[in-house]
Amino acid sequence: MAEDSNVYYTEGLPVPETPAPGDKPAFWKQTDVVGKRIPRVDAYERVSGTAVYPSDIKLPNMVYGAILRCPHPHAKVKKVDASRAKTMPGVRAVITGVSPKVKGLNWKYRNYTGPLFDSHCRFEGEVVAAVAADTRYQAWDAAHAIEVAYEVLPYVADYKEALSESAPKVHDGGNLAGMDEYERGDISRGFAEADAVLEETYETPCQIHTPMELHGCVANWDGDRLTIWESSQGVYAVQSNVAEVLGIPLSKVRVIGHYMGGGFGSKLKPGKYTVLASLLAKQAARPVKMILTREETYLCVGNRPANTMRLKAGVKSDGTLTAFEFECIGPSGAYPGGGTALVDWLVRDLYKCDNVRCRSKDVYINAGTARPFRAPGHPQGSWALEQMMDALAEKIGMNPVKLRLKNIPAISQGRSEPYTTTGLKACIERGAQQFGWKNALKRAKEQNQSASHIKRGVGMGACVWYVGGGGPPSTVIIKLFRDGSVNLNMGASDIGTGTKTVMALVTAEELGVKPEVIQIEHADTGTTQYATPSGGSKTVPTESPTVRNAAIDVKRQILEMAAEDLDVRTAELDYEGTEIVWRKDKSKRIRVTDVGRLKKRGVVVGVGYRGPNPRTKTVNPFGAQFCEVEVNTKTGEMRVLRFLGAHDSGRVLDRLTYDNQVFGGIVMGIGFGMTEFRQLDGKQTGKLCNRNWHDYKLPTALDVPVDMESLPIEIDDPEANNTGTKGLGEPVTIPTASAIANALYMATGIRFTNAPVSPMGMCRRLAARKEG
Amino acid sequence: MCSEHRDNEGTGKQGMTRRGFMQIMGTGAVGASLSGAAMAAGSKPEPPAKILDATDTVKINLNINGVNHAVLVEPRWTLLYVLRETIGLTGTKEGCGRGECGACTVLIDDIPRYACMTLAVEAESRRITTVEGLMMGEELGPVQTAFLEEDAFQCGYCTSGQMMAVEGLLRKTLKPSMDKIRRGVSGNLCRCGAYNHIFRAASRAAGLKTK
Ligand code: FES
Ligand code: FES
Repeated sequence: MAEDSNVYYTEGLPVPETPAPGDKPAFWKQTDVVGKRIPRVDAYERVSGTAVYPSDIKLPNMVYGAILRCPHPHAKVKKVDASRAKTMPGVRAVITGVSPKVKGLNWKYRNYTGPLFDSHCRFEGEVVAAVAADTRYQAWDAAHAIEVAYEVLPYVADYKEALSESAPKVHDGGNLAGMDEYERGDISRGFAEADAVLEETYETPCQIHTPMELHGCVANWDGDRLTIWESSQGVYAVQSNVAEVLGIPLSKVRVIGHYMGGGFGSKLKPGKYTVLASLLAKQAARPVKMILTREETYLCVGNRPANTMRLKAGVKSDGTLTAFEFECIGPSGAYPGGGTALVDWLVRDLYKCDNVRCRSKDVYINAGTARPFRAPGHPQGSWALEQMMDALAEKIGMNPVKLRLKNIPAISQGRSEPYTTTGLKACIERGAQQFGWKNALKRAKEQNQSASHIKRGVGMGACVWYVGGGGPPSTVIIKLFRDGSVNLNMGASDIGTGTKTVMALVTAEELGVKPEVIQIEHADTGTTQYATPSGGSKTVPTESPTVRNAAIDVKRQILEMAAEDLDVRTAELDYEGTEIVWRKDKSKRIRVTDVGRLKKRGVVVGVGYRGPNPRTKTVNPFGAQFCEVEVNTKTGEMRVLRFLGAHDSGRVLDRLTYDNQVFGGIVMGIGFGMTEFRQLDGKQTGKLCNRNWHDYKLPTALDVPVDMESLPIEIDDPEANNTGTKGLGEPVTIPTASAIANALYMATGIRFTNAPVSPMGMCRRLAARKEG
Repeated sequence: MCSEHRDNEGTGKQGMTRRGFMQIMGTGAVGASLSGAAMAAGSKPEPPAKILDATDTVKINLNINGVNHAVLVEPRWTLLYVLRETIGLTGTKEGCGRGECGACTVLIDDIPRYACMTLAVEAESRRITTVEGLMMGEELGPVQTAFLEEDAFQCGYCTSGQMMAVEGLLRKTLKPSMDKIRRGVSGNLCRCGAYNHIFRAASRAAGLKTK
């Protein structure tokens, strides 16, 4: 497993609480705006083109940065000659590893610290030099004009070879980045009890995030104050990283990230490019815009590591799972990046099984370092586990849906504590029903018995997500102005999930105001409150309770003020958005705009803190997905005909953005299962072969089904937090690929243990089968 | 960017490179469109009247959203670069800069084109429409309204490109079928995977436009 949950939130942290502990607000039974289909509060900016993304920023005097990167997977920089580059037209700043300003500056990868400019380049794409010039074209010209002498070293590109004696060493200490072991029960006893035991090896590819907006930033100094506009999932994470690297106080680094064009985990933290932009800006005495090229985003801003997984499973003929043995290897890349992080979590936690052993080995190779990617580890683990579940079901002659329902755990086995709520059973049961599983199965069987070369299959997969309950710290401020309008101030980024919108809805729900009167300030370390980055599907369950707490705090104060005007007791008053009403005699009321003290003070400020999570329970979202596919056995073409996602993420805050998220997760899962893989040229150069969207395929509009359905499984979860919410963004991409693989098996009778399944791969397997 | 590319930069020996760029002066429609037409007519291309260095600048007129912009550009600058960095119309986005994603889609004479694959000099005297040109003053146009109402985006970065693709489709086909819609936006990647809502928005936009 080996995943540091600090990436997402801090456990056991003493935090201030509003309202006071024990004084929990009532759980919303019915809601007025929350849960409805409401277009985003920032939709106008996004569709009009007026939203300013970091890559859109243009400041007076601004110049453009470019980075020269090592073209070899493994090399030592012997000499860098930038003399020609420095004299080229438009060039304002040049930085190399020997520049005095970079002496002593370090860069951290998890528990590894190395120099910012490391002359030992351990992956293709390592930073060698950086320039800033008047136009982007001039910056590229200058970067290309820098002469570098490399000593090219032997490399290791194949992670399966990384631990062999003969493999070149990425680090002096060898290529083992970490190991993890887990055991419960006794697997040998478990296998002995089984009526059927199956074993299979599965492989998943390295997937690259490639969010639509390129990674990058604009950096500007005003004396010793640095302002950075970064395409980021968390402005405070950028602030702390940059301040630490440059050795300047947090207060002197302001990071702004109002809009951003997608991250999926690759923008949880800044990159070296952020620091380089800042250094170039200092040297050039001008703002620097540093936006990476698409190719760079393939090389050096993270990936979902490839994994090879061996899974052995035992089952009784009645469907009881008796044992799982799981082994996994995967590459962190050149530096610690979590090569096997959380890959085994589904095996540990999803289905009831008393005897489990998991072992994983994380290795170094000469390639870009992994970063968290939408549900780290989970889609990989799902690819193995969910295919195994289907295989077991077939072996004992049981319906795969039934086998899963037979093994619903009562508690979180991975943590040995109960879930606040688990919708696993409901997701599978109601999902199957809504999907029309039985009929679809029948249809597929009939089709496959016919002579047609078009075959059909249906498949499913279920999931739990490791975290997704959010947690402290978070602080939110809500201001109520004297005209009754509201300002919501929070540090969290809206990474496209609709954060701003749902927070406005929570505020509107609690205060009874219309969402239109709410203005949101967010994602700015200079003016908004501390928040952890938007990742781990934790933004909604972290921020929405905090927002509600801040609204409650506003309400408490305005009621106290109104009580003076109305001369009644505060506790007898209700806040109804535009008016405050006396519960005992509804005719006794006052408009918010008439409240005396508010009129004089101009504003009421409410502060909300995120309280702690339940101490003895875990908060996790669940889901199940179902799909139907068609395979042309002559051409190998596959069509995903339809998909249904049934997800338990607690309360739905906005049905429109909720569905969008479900569909988006499925699309990304289709990519994982069918089109995406990083190809390193292992044998000849060790370089990345597919470093653009032409050679590395994302699903397009033609690769996804028009028929997609989202079925929210809403289970009241007042224990989780005061809005009853759990995360959604990650679970929605976990079981997609494995559901497709299971459907492909039904259509063809072939187990695709290696992802992705391409038409070519399909043809090869079909042909191989024909030949016997 | 990696230094391995630099060998054929600037030399011009291996045919057309960015630095040794050939530019024909004095005509309106130039570049790919002219050579296309010339080829169709079966004639040999005329030798260039003048060869410019990459860093020489030329003055061109761009007609963008009905407004004429006289701009000084290097011949190698793309229309996308000029729109975003020179003129300041940043609604058009850059996802790849090499014709793979469609984030930069604009209409040139009503046809969706990748602005990153169009040199600014090629776009002279053409009618260019960007997402800003879909607005009616402060008000959203029908395609934009439909995208808003159907929540046809997440991060919003591919969105202007998607909307321009849909706008281009609807200018040609009033009531497109679902198949036409999917093909119409198939040159526009959405990493957030909002395709389903985009399909719905395109149908809704068709309705709004014909209302
Ligand atoms: S930026 Fe033009 S197609 Fe990607
Ligand atoms: S909305 Fe993010 S890429 Fe399409």
